[in-house]
Amino acid sequence: MWNILRDLLRYNWEFAAGAILLGAVIIVAALSFISPYPPLDVYVAPPDMPPSSEHWLGTNSRGQDVFWQLTVAVRNTLLFGVVVAVISRLISLAVGLFAGYMGGSVDRMLMSVNDTFIVLPIFPILVLFYFVMRDQMSWALLALVAACLGWSYDARLIRSVALSLKTREFTTQSAFCGMNAAEIVTREHLPYVMPIVFTTTMNNMNWSIGLEVTLSVLGFTDVNTPTIGGMIYWANQHAALVSGIWWWIAAPVALVIVVFVSLFLLSLSMNEYIDPRSRLARMGSG
Amino acid sequence: MRAYGFYLLKRLMQFALVVFIGINVAYVITHATPIDPVEQTISAATAFGNTSPEAIDMMRSSLQDLYGTGGSALDQWLAFWGRILVGDFGPSLSAFPTPVATLISRALPWTAGLMLVSTLLAWGLGNLLGGLAGYYRRNRLLKFAGIIAMGIHPVPYYIVAFVLLILFGYVWPILPITGAYAQGLRPGFNLEFIGSVIRHSLLPALSLVLVGIGGWFMGMRSLVPTIMAEDYTVYAELGGVRKRRILGSYVMRNALAPQVTGLAMTLGAIFNGAIITEQVFGYPGLGSLLISAVHAGDYSLVIGVTTISIIAVSFAVLLVDLLYPLLDPRVQAR
Repeated sequence: MWNILRDLLRYNWEFAAGAILLGAVIIVAALSFISPYPPLDVYVAPPDMPPSSEHWLGTNSRGQDVFWQLTVAVRNTLLFGVVVAVISRLISLAVGLFAGYMGGSVDRMLMSVNDTFIVLPIFPILVLFYFVMRDQMSWALLALVAACLGWSYDARLIRSVALSLKTREFTTQSAFCGMNAAEIVTREHLPYVMPIVFTTTMNNMNWSIGLEVTLSVLGFTDVNTPTIGGMIYWANQHAALVSGIWWWIAAPVALVIVVFVSLFLLSLSMNEYIDPRSRLARMGSG
Repeated sequence: MRAYGFYLLKRLMQFALVVFIGINVAYVITHATPIDPVEQTISAATAFGNTSPEAIDMMRSSLQDLYGTGGSALDQWLAFWGRILVGDFGPSLSAFPTPVATLISRALPWTAGLMLVSTLLAWGLGNLLGGLAGYYRRNRLLKFAGIIAMGIHPVPYYIVAFVLLILFGYVWPILPITGAYAQGLRPGFNLEFIGSVIRHSLLPALSLVLVGIGGWFMGMRSLVPTIMAEDYTVYAELGGVRKRRILGSYVMRNALAPQVTGLAMTLGAIFNGAIITEQVFGYPGLGSLLISAVHAGDYSLVIGVTTISIIAVSFAVLLVDLLYPLLDPRVQAR
């Protein structure tokens, strides 16, 4: 485990850069626990102050310190990504592993449903969901719905691995030993697909955070929970750019771009790590 | 030819399945949630001033009719489908009495045009650059282009569109940032109007292309080396076929087939991006229509745009799938 990490850090600049950037973001998120201001309170600082030594990223028109607001926002946004990723991983693992192992008509049926979810335009569906729920829309509910809509692409990927695992001898042997499908899939096949699960987690977090930011910016979520998108929403509501309070918008936009790029670099490097040929080429050329 | 017929049938069934499941998801969201849209609308409408109980009862029954919430669950489901099959989404509440179908048919061409042009550009440019970058591994310029494309790729459409809006709206205002054509211009088939449409579509299209290009670039670049290691490519190289011909007819031609499948799979995501971009740039397509409908509380319009989006995207996927055999003759041969 530690050897793998050391090798990745040494030979893979994408992994090193991604890990450092994500680490920085996590530190910012962790700072929210020592924030001097309660995140939901307004007018705790003089409004519209430009960045200074007292307020590092300035203050906004609602009298909140942008830096401390940002720490809470990025914590909630990251947490949202993790929750969606965990739930949707469970669904995609279940569908992918079973479709791959069972094959035949079960596989065909599951994959037709799967392909349907791949091509469905999710954004209008989520907007419709917000429209129906209105004030009852909560952070947890959005995570649940996003997870139910965002598992399909990865299920297909996991299935393709499960298909090849099925033809391996140890699968036949496990079946002869009297293990049933559920046991074979969870105890024998699951460890082999874990590397893919890790890379798809990064991609899925990118996707869900992007979704959350977009919906919040438009005001289609619970905008009272501080998130990155929520910050941009309130800044837009107060016409921050027109009145020249650019730091209110620039800070969350810059931080969320760092989140996206770091997660993307991590998934890219993990992807390459899984493919031994490109790993060897990289270590050889050093 | 029989193999092609079989392929066609399979794709048509998949199209029907996507529409069926997608519209049922919309049905479940609108009907299985604990919130009753009828009571919600009534409480919103009666919040100001006094309304007599008879008027509320009349309102309730007409709203129930409109939202299709009367009767048993099966009745509601059948009524929901019945209306969609005949394309009747009722009148729009915010633009009463214009039918929802009219509003959508006005907005749909803008979205379709924007998506068609930007998707073709992103797909074509991404594949071309990716193919070149995979073939000429040492080229500095292509490596640089790759880093830029991959850096923008993970950023969501909204953020990219927003940054472009700030850059070209406030910092360096040379392009129009809102609308589909200059105000006061009469739509018609003349040079001035077409020029205006193109100028107004530049920024929305640019943001879609910028985000889209990275995925195709990366896909193509990783496909090329595996095809270059195939026997037939090595043979062609040894036989002295010109480099350009190897790249075009041997390598990229074969890599295009999986990229077309990829295009069909990502159309839904591209559509999501297009409607968000429209909102940022005030482009009069489905996205702007959907979002203004939500703000106006126009239930029939929201339902209409959602279902039409589902049908339109799955139809576009079907079209791409039908073009696939042109690129990959094996589908017909089998």
